[in-house]
Amino acid sequence: MTESRYMTINMGPQHPATHGVLRLLLELDGEIIVKAEPHIGYLHRGIEKLSESMTYPQALTLTDRLDYTSALSNNLAYCLAVEKLLDIKIPKRAQYLRVLMAELQRISAHLLWVATHALDLGAMTLLFYAFRERETITEILELATGARLTPSFIRIGGLASDIPDTFLPRVKAFVDDFPKRVDDYETLLTENIIWKKRTTNIASMSAEECIQYGITGPVLRASGISYDVRKAYPYSSYEDFDFEIPLGIHGDVYDRYLVRLKEMRQSNRIVQQAAEKLPNGPFAAVDAPLVVPPSKESVGRDIAALIRHFKIMEEGFRPPCGEVYASIESSKGELGFYLISDGTNKPFRMRIRPPSFINLAALPKMIVGQMVADVVAAIGSIDIVLGEIDR
Amino acid sequence: MGVEATAAASLQEVINWARKNSVWPVTFGLACCALEMMVASSSTYDIARFGAEVFRPSPRQADLMIVAGTVTRKMAPMLKRIYEQMPEPKWVIAYGACACSGGIFQTYNVVQGVDQIIPVDVYVPGCPPRPEGLLKGIITLQEKIAVEPAGQRNLVSLPWGNNG
Amino acid sequence: MAGNLLKETFPDAVQKIEDFRGETSVTVDAGKIREIMAFLKESEKLCYDLLLDLAGVDFNDCTPRFMIAYMLHSTKFNNKLRIKTTVAEGASLDTVSDIWLAANWMEREVFDMLGIIFNKHPNLIRILLTDDFVGHPLRKDFPVKGRDFDKPVQVCLEEEQ
Repeated sequence: MTESRYMTINMGPQHPATHGVLRLLLELDGEIIVKAEPHIGYLHRGIEKLSESMTYPQALTLTDRLDYTSALSNNLAYCLAVEKLLDIKIPKRAQYLRVLMAELQRISAHLLWVATHALDLGAMTLLFYAFRERETITEILELATGARLTPSFIRIGGLASDIPDTFLPRVKAFVDDFPKRVDDYETLLTENIIWKKRTTNIASMSAEECIQYGITGPVLRASGISYDVRKAYPYSSYEDFDFEIPLGIHGDVYDRYLVRLKEMRQSNRIVQQAAEKLPNGPFAAVDAPLVVPPSKESVGRDIAALIRHFKIMEEGFRPPCGEVYASIESSKGELGFYLISDGTNKPFRMRIRPPSFINLAALPKMIVGQMVADVVAAIGSIDIVLGEIDR
Repeated sequence: MGVEATAAASLQEVINWARKNSVWPVTFGLACCALEMMVASSSTYDIARFGAEVFRPSPRQADLMIVAGTVTRKMAPMLKRIYEQMPEPKWVIAYGACACSGGIFQTYNVVQGVDQIIPVDVYVPGCPPRPEGLLKGIITLQEKIAVEPAGQRNLVSLPWGNNG
Repeated sequence: MAGNLLKETFPDAVQKIEDFRGETSVTVDAGKIREIMAFLKESEKLCYDLLLDLAGVDFNDCTPRFMIAYMLHSTKFNNKLRIKTTVAEGASLDTVSDIWLAANWMEREVFDMLGIIFNKHPNLIRILLTDDFVGHPLRKDFPVKGRDFDKPVQVCLEEEQ
């Protein structure tokens, strides 16, 4: 047996700082990491395979459980892909509500990220502040969707229902209050000397390296590349809203933190604009009777509507043969759905482009040569969600 | 009833009372449900009211395993090992549809219910259950602990295995 | 535009150029995949520098059986392109993981899920499933529930054996 001067340590899959069931095999030279190998798949639930045995409306429920911190964003990405396949137009009101909800969900996901990331690095106070606001968002979304975490509210063709009257006042109250709350977080962290020491120049990635690894989302933007799907390929009327894409310079953990905090402020602006400009009109496509189920009232009155409702729920619909790729900017990066239809009512293949999976592949590059204590900072800064990585 | 029996019964009551008011869970978030578990421990729902706020990262210091999320076949050995590492007495809450029965994921890689691997005391259904669901689960567990007869659980546990 | 340029540069390798819902897919020969990918990445006129996704598809009863789709994005010109190629059962495909490091894990996943071999891949092992898993789940002949769905899961830790 040959003596190795390196020590191998195993981190995870049950570890409080790996945000789920990520396992890392680290080889250490003293405290310096010489090799890191992520092991994933501890949450592989077979979502891509399972979707092939479900109709298009049914498969929507699986998308909630991908990146469970921002379920509505996943719904949106999937619906955009199916709608592209079907080639149907969504009414403006539905588009604006989708934007509003996706951005609220982004704020909620970033709040969860900042809370757990700060907790991992020893700043526990922020958890309680951030969870307070996150809970407010969850309640607002629950008001409209009826579920806290897995709403499946954005449906193919529009939304599941219109919003209740109490929704917009609560959204407005939240957006007016939220910038002050972000100021609070910044007071706690941004100039905090311990926070800066633990995050500056840690796990840096240059712009070229990020591109080489296919990284998207806040991690890419922290390295100074302005690629955001909302601006690059605007979907769901993002072109109607005025917002900026925050960029970082050094691509280290601190810059990623700054980018995400600024993104929360921008998302807040988008939510505000969407709530103000929200047009009246239908909440789902009216010219797609084979896709959008009839309203509850008409089902009660009209036998034809009842039959149509039953057919859509039971059989789904049959999109034309073809293949499409639709993507959105989720809180983690570019979330894409590559759908292949063979003309039946079930997807022939549903490939998910999971941003966390591809971002996580760069983790060894980030942490090799760093101290072992910085691994936690690096994992946190990528913002991984294992549901999406393992699918 | 003899004096010894009465004394033993009262002692067991005291032990049960102490146990039920300080169940320390091990941090074992697997999937979506872990988020609701975190919310349950944050200020809005405040799991500390039930003496269960001390989430331990190490199974050696915990009495309760809240299996929050989908258990896959790849994760199953780790789950069992962590359960085995917990000292007696220990309890398990299966939190969420996946942990109870596999949930919507009837696929090749998902264990259809964590009770195939470890014994479960309380099941909390829902996808995901609300944080109140977890609180209710803990209350149910406390009721269960309160009436445990003497001898059902070992009084002390020894780290080298045979649990006293 | 990218399709035509590819057709000019590799007249023999480009099989088909399709447009569907505003997306361009170019089907190319599997043998030339590395040259084409290097060209798409390095070419000044195209500059597809970001490999967004790599998907494997099983067309069960077609020949060749498998299809691999590469989704490319150009950060310079802000457009997307899909390159497709086909692989027969038992055949293998050249890796692009040295052109884009991002392809490393994506190809491992395709290998894990569909059993397609990528030549010269630095570390072609299963990524999501355990090493002793039998079969490749995304193949159409693999049942959704797997082969021993109805049997209880037996977990035997090392110290119990």
